[in-house]
Amino acid sequence: MKVLMKGNEAIGEAAIRAGCDAYFGYPITPQTEVLEYMSRRMPKLGRAFVQAESELGAINMVYGAACTGTRVMTTTSSPGYSLMQEAVSYIALSFVPCVIVNIMRGGPGLGNIQPAQGDYFQMTKGGGHGDYHLLVLAPATVQEMVDLIVEAFDLADKYRQPVTVIADGLIGQIMEPVAFPELKAPQRPERPWALTGAKGREKNIITSLYLGAERLEQENIRLQATIRQIEENEVRYTEYMMEGAELVVVAYGTAGRIVQTAVKQAREEGIAVGLFRPISMFPFPYARLKEIASTAQQILVVELSAGQMIEDVRLASCDQLPISFFGKMGGVVPLPDDVLAEIKKLVK
Amino acid sequence: MTQEAELVFSRPESLSDVVTHYCPGCIHGIVHRLIAEVMDELGIRERTIGIAPVGCSVLAYNYFECDFAEAAHGRAPAMATGMKRVEPDLTIFTYQGDGDLASIGTNEVIHAAARGENITTIFINNAVYGMTGGQMAPTTLPGMVTTSSPYGRDVKTQGYPVRVCELLSQLDGAAYIVRRTAYKPAEVRKLRRAIKTAFQVQMAGLGFSLVEVVSNCPTNWGMTPKESLKFVEERMVDYYPLGDFRVKDEVKDLR
Repeated sequence: MKVLMKGNEAIGEAAIRAGCDAYFGYPITPQTEVLEYMSRRMPKLGRAFVQAESELGAINMVYGAACTGTRVMTTTSSPGYSLMQEAVSYIALSFVPCVIVNIMRGGPGLGNIQPAQGDYFQMTKGGGHGDYHLLVLAPATVQEMVDLIVEAFDLADKYRQPVTVIADGLIGQIMEPVAFPELKAPQRPERPWALTGAKGREKNIITSLYLGAERLEQENIRLQATIRQIEENEVRYTEYMMEGAELVVVAYGTAGRIVQTAVKQAREEGIAVGLFRPISMFPFPYARLKEIASTAQQILVVELSAGQMIEDVRLASCDQLPISFFGKMGGVVPLPDDVLAEIKKLVK
Repeated sequence: MTQEAELVFSRPESLSDVVTHYCPGCIHGIVHRLIAEVMDELGIRERTIGIAPVGCSVLAYNYFECDFAEAAHGRAPAMATGMKRVEPDLTIFTYQGDGDLASIGTNEVIHAAARGENITTIFINNAVYGMTGGQMAPTTLPGMVTTSSPYGRDVKTQGYPVRVCELLSQLDGAAYIVRRTAYKPAEVRKLRRAIKTAFQVQMAGLGFSLVEVVSNCPTNWGMTPKESLKFVEERMVDYYPLGDFRVKDEVKDLR
């Protein structure tokens, strides 16, 4: 059964359905409804909810809860995610699972609260200090958000890594019909690494500190091996009207939605254009995009930023075909007509 | 061994049998042992999680036989909050120095106390950043020479020390806030009792508990261990008076 629900509230409900046992957050627009939703729902279910003193507090509470092997989530928006970077780096090398949602807003700095995709580099290229990448999933609809949040918990458990989901204020605030999976009780499968009290076993230590260079190198090799596995197994994308597309538009999340409408209109006008929408921003779908680049005549990248994902598109295609960019910054959201005009400029 | 021989002193089960990295004369070793003794006495080693800070005691997890996590600098009380909220039956303690707790981590400790989190913090105050080589700490005494206050801490430009117990004792969520020291055996015994009470406060679910230990740093103070204990007794305790700063009525009932 489908219910009409706001994106941010759907994030909360999806996490609850996935068995999220603890939520820690801090108010920041445009994601605050997740915090409010969890403050209503979690205590009623006997699960943990804390409104933290800051995003630093929230992510370190996530870190602590994650050390016990339970399912835990925080949600934030761009400046809040910047504050969290210290702990995210610690969590990555500590090999503990958690889910982090970034409902991006206009930046840099305090920016504004309008939809934007300016955090792509921070999300996909590491974000904090040290060598790491996190799995990054980017939905374009509320239903896809729900499905990816549920999956994010499984992926976090599978790789013992933070899994991030990115969207923007548009998907956070929009209301759409959405179906949820069955409610899952929080479960603690056997996790021999978790901190649960050293009863009948050697003590467990969770740390990201390794003073010896060789030892730290070994942990880095282990982390990189996990990231290689993620790259191998977790590439996700979707294609729309790609049959015989001479112009391929690459866009994700909200930009992907807008482009889809523009592509439909362009096709109706007889233009051979299609949409390639990456869903896993890390791992980026390099291989599929490389194939596409070998048959298409040109690529247009559309982002709500100055152009960040375009660097990965160029890497995938090895610059073997013309690649143009259409983007809006500062929370300005283009209309499908704006994208259509751009498409027409390129194919004329 | 004769029939009358009785074992009266041994290593606590909760204390690991390893060589420590602490400098000779440092009080960290005493406090570690007391925590381990209390864990043994309360029978909680197998259901305790410790959280180590960043600072000299960054490797504390190597010295206790219970589960342990290593926090980012100053964030241990937030991490402890996350653990305790999902594992309320476990005993969670943080072990933090003055740079970690009273400078970079003030926000986390104040709000953990304000929320009345059922966690215990052991706070080692030796008025100096030890691990990085003796820089001025938030608790460095006025006039005290450190590597970053080479002319002595000038309160006009470098501000005044932070008295953590006095600050936290204003918060209603705090159940047990006391300051002790360890420069002589009588003080060590008082400190042991306070650590035990702090853990009992947590086990009884009464709220946030913190034991500050006015401590020493012979290495970075440029003193012999004995001189450093004299400095604790004469100068440190003068600025950081020992005593109970907040003890909720329910805590008194515990004893």
